[in-house]
Amino acid sequence: MQLTDRHLEYWSKNLRVTAILLAIWFVATFVMGYYARELSFNFFGWPFSFWMAAQGSLVIYVVIIWFYARYMNALDNEYDVHEGEED
Amino acid sequence: MFNSATQSEFAGALKKAYTWYTGGFATFVIILAIAEKMGLPRIYIGYAFLFATVLLYAGIGIMSRTSDAAEYYVAGRRVPALFNGMATGADWMSAASFIGMAGTLYLSGFNGLAFILGWTGGYCLVALFLAPYLRKFGQFTIPDFLGARFGGNIPRFIGILAAILCSFTYVVAQVYGVGLITTRLLPGVAFETGIFLGLGGILVCSFLGGMRAVTWTQVAQYIILIVAYMIPCVWIAVKHTGIPLPQMVYGGVLEKVTAVEDKLIKDPKELEVRGIFKKNADDFDARVKALPKSWEDGKADLQKKLDDLKAGSAPAKDVEAAEKAIAAYPKTADAAKLAWNAGKASNTARSGPPLRHAEAFPGKDDAARDVSRRNFLALVFCLMIGTAALPHILMRYYTTPSVKEARTSVFWSLFFIFLLYFSAPALAVLVKYDVYTLLVGSEFAKLPQWVTAWQAVDKALLSVVDINKDGLVQLAEITIGGDIVVLATPEIAGLPYVISGLVAAGGLAAALSTADGLLLTIANALSHDLYYKMIDPNASTTRRVTISKILLLVVALCAAYVAAQKPADILFLVSAAFSFAAAAFFPALVLGIFWKRANKWGATCGMVAGLGITFWYMITTHPWMREVFFGTPRSVPAELWWGIQPISAGLWGVPLGFAVIIIVSLITPAPDKDTQDLVDHVRFPLLRGDTVNTTAT
Repeated sequence: MQLTDRHLEYWSKNLRVTAILLAIWFVATFVMGYYARELSFNFFGWPFSFWMAAQGSLVIYVVIIWFYARYMNALDNEYDVHEGEED
Repeated sequence: MFNSATQSEFAGALKKAYTWYTGGFATFVIILAIAEKMGLPRIYIGYAFLFATVLLYAGIGIMSRTSDAAEYYVAGRRVPALFNGMATGADWMSAASFIGMAGTLYLSGFNGLAFILGWTGGYCLVALFLAPYLRKFGQFTIPDFLGARFGGNIPRFIGILAAILCSFTYVVAQVYGVGLITTRLLPGVAFETGIFLGLGGILVCSFLGGMRAVTWTQVAQYIILIVAYMIPCVWIAVKHTGIPLPQMVYGGVLEKVTAVEDKLIKDPKELEVRGIFKKNADDFDARVKALPKSWEDGKADLQKKLDDLKAGSAPAKDVEAAEKAIAAYPKTADAAKLAWNAGKASNTARSGPPLRHAEAFPGKDDAARDVSRRNFLALVFCLMIGTAALPHILMRYYTTPSVKEARTSVFWSLFFIFLLYFSAPALAVLVKYDVYTLLVGSEFAKLPQWVTAWQAVDKALLSVVDINKDGLVQLAEITIGGDIVVLATPEIAGLPYVISGLVAAGGLAAALSTADGLLLTIANALSHDLYYKMIDPNASTTRRVTISKILLLVVALCAAYVAAQKPADILFLVSAAFSFAAAAFFPALVLGIFWKRANKWGATCGMVAGLGITFWYMITTHPWMREVFFGTPRSVPAELWWGIQPISAGLWGVPLGFAVIIIVSLITPAPDKDTQDLVDHVRFPLLRGDTVNTTAT
């Protein structure tokens, strides 16, 4: 079937939010990981990089997924591509 | 089991059922605790935990029995996001996560955090790239998607092979874990019996009710395992900090550990012990260098000593000891070389200073630190991509009622996994603090009670020997196996035995829940993808489900048989599964959804190339696999590419897979209109006027 402009707009918004969240994921994981030795200043007792790898990055991951679910579920409604409520 | 009319009523009924269940389980533990106070022997507590939990899982299995295809393969697609999250958490966290993770962190400090990062961050990729689209596609297995998207049986068949390859190695490790924990709960029971007892629990559940039974059991198992992990962790935090929030307060404890490490690295008594190990290592080295003469001399010396003893009519005890020494002496010069090299390695390992727990990428110089960092990042990469490609996890997102719930469900999955994973590093640091301050420096005559108890259980888990004969424990005199960190924490924290039983039950829940999911994945790949889709597409639903159940039994028995052989390097095999899954599935799945131009030949070649290079790198660089495949002796150093360890072989497979799919797709014809419509179909939760319908029932 032929997609409408609205559909393409929905898809490009989806790609944009995916790219942004992926970039945050990348920084929280690999950039932080790469500079772990340099970033070991004291952070409430933990060396900062240790705390990031043990807790900080994990919290960022949870927030990324939470935000994506919230954003996309709202976007579905806005562009009227949401499934019918089953209940 | 639950047959309420609407989805929200259903979710309400589930919440009620699991609240009652949690209350019931708490009562059960409290009754056992009271019984223990009143003098119930420990062995009965072990029996109570083992049989109560296995019966519980079997009971859920019997209540959820089904022979309907959609119920059997995807739990009727009505699992609410929250519960699917819990089930995924239990499916995900294996015996290795529950028992091994804190131990790995204890032993490898910062570098062990690669597992924490990798096994949580992968869910971002699941959420962003896979779960919602697979849910919209809505069939039963991952090879289903490959078959539909790329057309034809070849991509599906490679998918089946890859799914079995990564799931089977993984399930063997779980069954092995079940055997270990059962023998720990029931001392005196043989390892093999333990395996089959646990297997009974797995089978009754998944055999009768497929995904439906497995889902509801996994939710029950998640509750047990998270409670079992948290109680000891909180208790040991109270012991050392007075605050029951281990994850918040262990930063201060880590500072103290670092201070103790500084002291221990320079401590003269520690240096003395490490010096003794250094000397032993040098002795072994000298003997290896002087082979074969050193072997002959050693043998002659022992024989002479025995003859002297006999001639001098020495006590029978001494003669016996000398005879034993001869019996234990290497039989040939080659055997001596192996044994002495091993002796040299183990002594060298113990002659070094303790690892600094908080230091990232330790190494003797910048080059070594650089290799360490590269391997850390490579491992994180492989574990993340592998997480986002393991079929038994992705399959779980087929079971939610909608795309929307699938997205929310990934959030809940990671949230429930996060609860355990952000506690594990805290537990490792707290136990380390306990060992470094309370065990180190204590007198051998007055060792803490848990140390004596665990030394008697297994020397590989814990052994403390007075090397320099000063009557005091030095850190260098302690050898510790990773698993003890979780297993012994209840005793270290001074909790009653019932909590130790609870921890074992938690480990059992972790191993059983993961094994359930994996067995189902393998059986479905064979019965649904291979038999139904490729061999007999006219098979009736009942026949498909029956075949799936029979295969499940066969696969489970195979896994039990392999696990009973106690294969070496089982942990390596598990980690290898991640690299295989990453290289085989991730590029094909992601490009299948995000790039319409990807076609059958691209996907086929990409999956083969990715798997191929990963497999090749592993068998040419891993000491054990090299020995199996090429007969290369372990002493020959491996030629690593940029120093990357074989465990991270997926680092080569994933990019190559992407590159090959793109290049081959571009030089072969574009996929037809129907396939492109299928891609649009999975991209939009609802497409009005869409004629594609992929939902399988």
